[in-house]
Amino acid sequence: MKADPAGVLTGVHYLDGDFAAGEGAMAAGCRFVAGYPITPSTEVVERIARRFPTIGGMFIQMEDELASMAAVVGASWTGTKSMTVTSGPGFSLMMENIGLAAMMETPCVIVNVQRGGPSTGLPTMVGQGDMMQARWGSHGDYEIIALCPQSPQETFDLTIDAFNLAETYRVPVLLMMDECVGHMTEKVVIPPADRIEIVPRRLTSKPRGEFKPYQLNGNIVADFARAGDGYRFHTTGLTHDERGYPAMNVECQEQCVRRVTGKITHNADKIIRLDEDMTDGAEVVVVSYGITARVARMAVELARAEGVRAASLRLITAWPFPAARIRQLAMRVKAFVVPEINRGQMVLEVERCARGAADVISLPHYGGSVHDPAAIAQEIVKAAQ
Amino acid sequence: MTNLRYWRVPLDDGHFARPRGEVVIVTERCKGCAFCVEYCPREVLALSTTFNRKGYHPPKVAKPGECVNCNLCEMICPEFAIFSYAVTQQPASASAEVRA
Amino acid sequence: MSETTIVEPKEPAIAAYLRMERMPHVWCPECGIGTAVKCFATALERRKIDLDKASIVSGIGCSGRAAGYMNLDGFHTTHGRAIPFATGLKLSRPELFVTVFSGDGDLAGIGGNHFIHAARRNVDLLVILINNFTYGMTGGQNAPTTPLSAKSSTMPFGNFEPPFNLPQLAASAGAPYVARWTALHVRQLVWTIEEAIGKKGFRLIEVIAPCPTLYARLNKLGSGLDQMRFYHDNAEIRNGADPRDVAIEFQQKIICGKFVDIDRPSYHELMHAHYRKVLGDKYVPMKPEGGWISDRSGGTP
Repeated sequence: MKADPAGVLTGVHYLDGDFAAGEGAMAAGCRFVAGYPITPSTEVVERIARRFPTIGGMFIQMEDELASMAAVVGASWTGTKSMTVTSGPGFSLMMENIGLAAMMETPCVIVNVQRGGPSTGLPTMVGQGDMMQARWGSHGDYEIIALCPQSPQETFDLTIDAFNLAETYRVPVLLMMDECVGHMTEKVVIPPADRIEIVPRRLTSKPRGEFKPYQLNGNIVADFARAGDGYRFHTTGLTHDERGYPAMNVECQEQCVRRVTGKITHNADKIIRLDEDMTDGAEVVVVSYGITARVARMAVELARAEGVRAASLRLITAWPFPAARIRQLAMRVKAFVVPEINRGQMVLEVERCARGAADVISLPHYGGSVHDPAAIAQEIVKAAQ
Repeated sequence: MTNLRYWRVPLDDGHFARPRGEVVIVTERCKGCAFCVEYCPREVLALSTTFNRKGYHPPKVAKPGECVNCNLCEMICPEFAIFSYAVTQQPASASAEVRA
Repeated sequence: MSETTIVEPKEPAIAAYLRMERMPHVWCPECGIGTAVKCFATALERRKIDLDKASIVSGIGCSGRAAGYMNLDGFHTTHGRAIPFATGLKLSRPELFVTVFSGDGDLAGIGGNHFIHAARRNVDLLVILINNFTYGMTGGQNAPTTPLSAKSSTMPFGNFEPPFNLPQLAASAGAPYVARWTALHVRQLVWTIEEAIGKKGFRLIEVIAPCPTLYARLNKLGSGLDQMRFYHDNAEIRNGADPRDVAIEFQQKIICGKFVDIDRPSYHELMHAHYRKVLGDKYVPMKPEGGWISDRSGGTP
């Protein structure tokens, strides 16, 4: 369906990434945000706090990140699209309830504007050190979707995509921004509401007596019932059966885990989005995401100027990881170069998927600033030899 | 009622009828806590010596006809295993037990 | 006399409020939680609450299992986070009647921060807190409400940590309605819950309940019936008592009653009044039906 015009600030704007995320959420139909201030993400909720009271949205600053995530999960069960916003330390606090959202199959969006870590780290400076945590942060087996924008414009667009993916797959979707993109101000074009496609919450059409909260009925995910519509459903973080009742036995555990993971794994090819540049016939592929992708683009150009057939593969979706594409490329290229503003996280996935068919060179940066493109270019050239 | 022996019968005594109730005991759900037996204000119930499937002694109606449908047993039972319902006359059987 | 056919019901009338297909429930024999659930259901019935709009949220623990047995939209959430989860429900669909039903460890231990903030904000939540002085589900550990000197599995030599006085905590955080009863005081509990349903803001009803398997056994207090007899002999009803005076000591008097009942603007009232004043006509509040944006082309109601 088309976006609700009330939330769409159509026009050409000069916004930073944080504000763009807020605008994207409002355009996507998000009407409940619970957050807690944390640098460098606070501007997202500040924007929302200013605009929500005029568009029928509800913003509440909760007492901590645990409460924020719990409130977001609760709000989603009334059919309201909900979101929270945080950075590293808050992300760690939210993990248990992200697991709850994954287990209860609750659509929601969590924005993590990454900063230098670990622990309090570098609150005002860039990092990309939460990438593995995005995938594995909560306990147990579950799947999430993670998106990495590289500009304020893409932040706006990917925030809308994040909500749409959350609705389609009934999963928490993580928007893994970084402080650079979050605090970078660029032109953001917000289209008219009727040119924005959003996925509405799909409610069940079954009569009350027949509705089961986790019965797939041949779809990717079960239909939703809102709290307050009279379905009298029950849902729990315990391992549960199709009725949502706790059923703690071996068969149900397998069914439950397959249900919460399968919908992502089996549809990975529909979810994964990559931005590839001249990967056909390349000898070195630079795999990057977020702000690093912009630096890598320059590095690729520098390397090409030296005659190397360099290419760039930008992860728009970091999770699910494009294992098949990496494997495919690994058979044809000489090397992958993976610059990241962390000690090497997504490079581990590249290594795993390349399975030794190509060299994988990690270019870590411990945090605080972006890479020097010349340094990346040097590695690309070296890798080509 | 002995305290009121020196009082005359209330003038509107004929207008009121004491409510009567029937106790229904879901014996298989009972866990033998005896709250109902202890707190029935009419002392209608007593712990039986029979066992249910789980090995508990459910209550039994010891004084049929005394139940006034106050519902205290229903309220206090943690197992949802006993309740009373209103009857306007004495039914044929003295009490009812339901095997769940 | 005319013969009226009496149809003997197979289940109590309250069964409509419960998920009878899940009976028998998990609670131990002589546990008081079932009684509290019954009283809550009775109060809902007497107030003729629209059950479709009622939700129940519970946390982790024995008391937290209550959400799974009530025939309402129910949410069994993470430990300590029932109150913020319920806040999210209530704020995103203001017409809901949201009850939080959980235990002392869940709401006042790990959930303590959320407890005081919800009371401070005066969010419209009915909170039924079952206090059995222990973490029952996990084996009887020390709780923030365990009285001094009481034994528990993590304080095998007796508790030396001063416990919370929950009514005092709630009242000082700003709760406008605070009451306490025991599992024995079924009638008063029903009346209090009924009364609280009609009020707004953060309403706390603490229910002292027996835990025969853990708290009573570890402290040699006898059976659940012995604990109920103890409540009978030692509970003192003092409506209007100062919450500071109702602390519970080990095997001492338990003061029950309605302690706080004041008029204080709820979170929603404060929010609407403020935004109307500051934004005037530009203020668009969240609709009572909630923030769900429907697909106008679809078949959803």
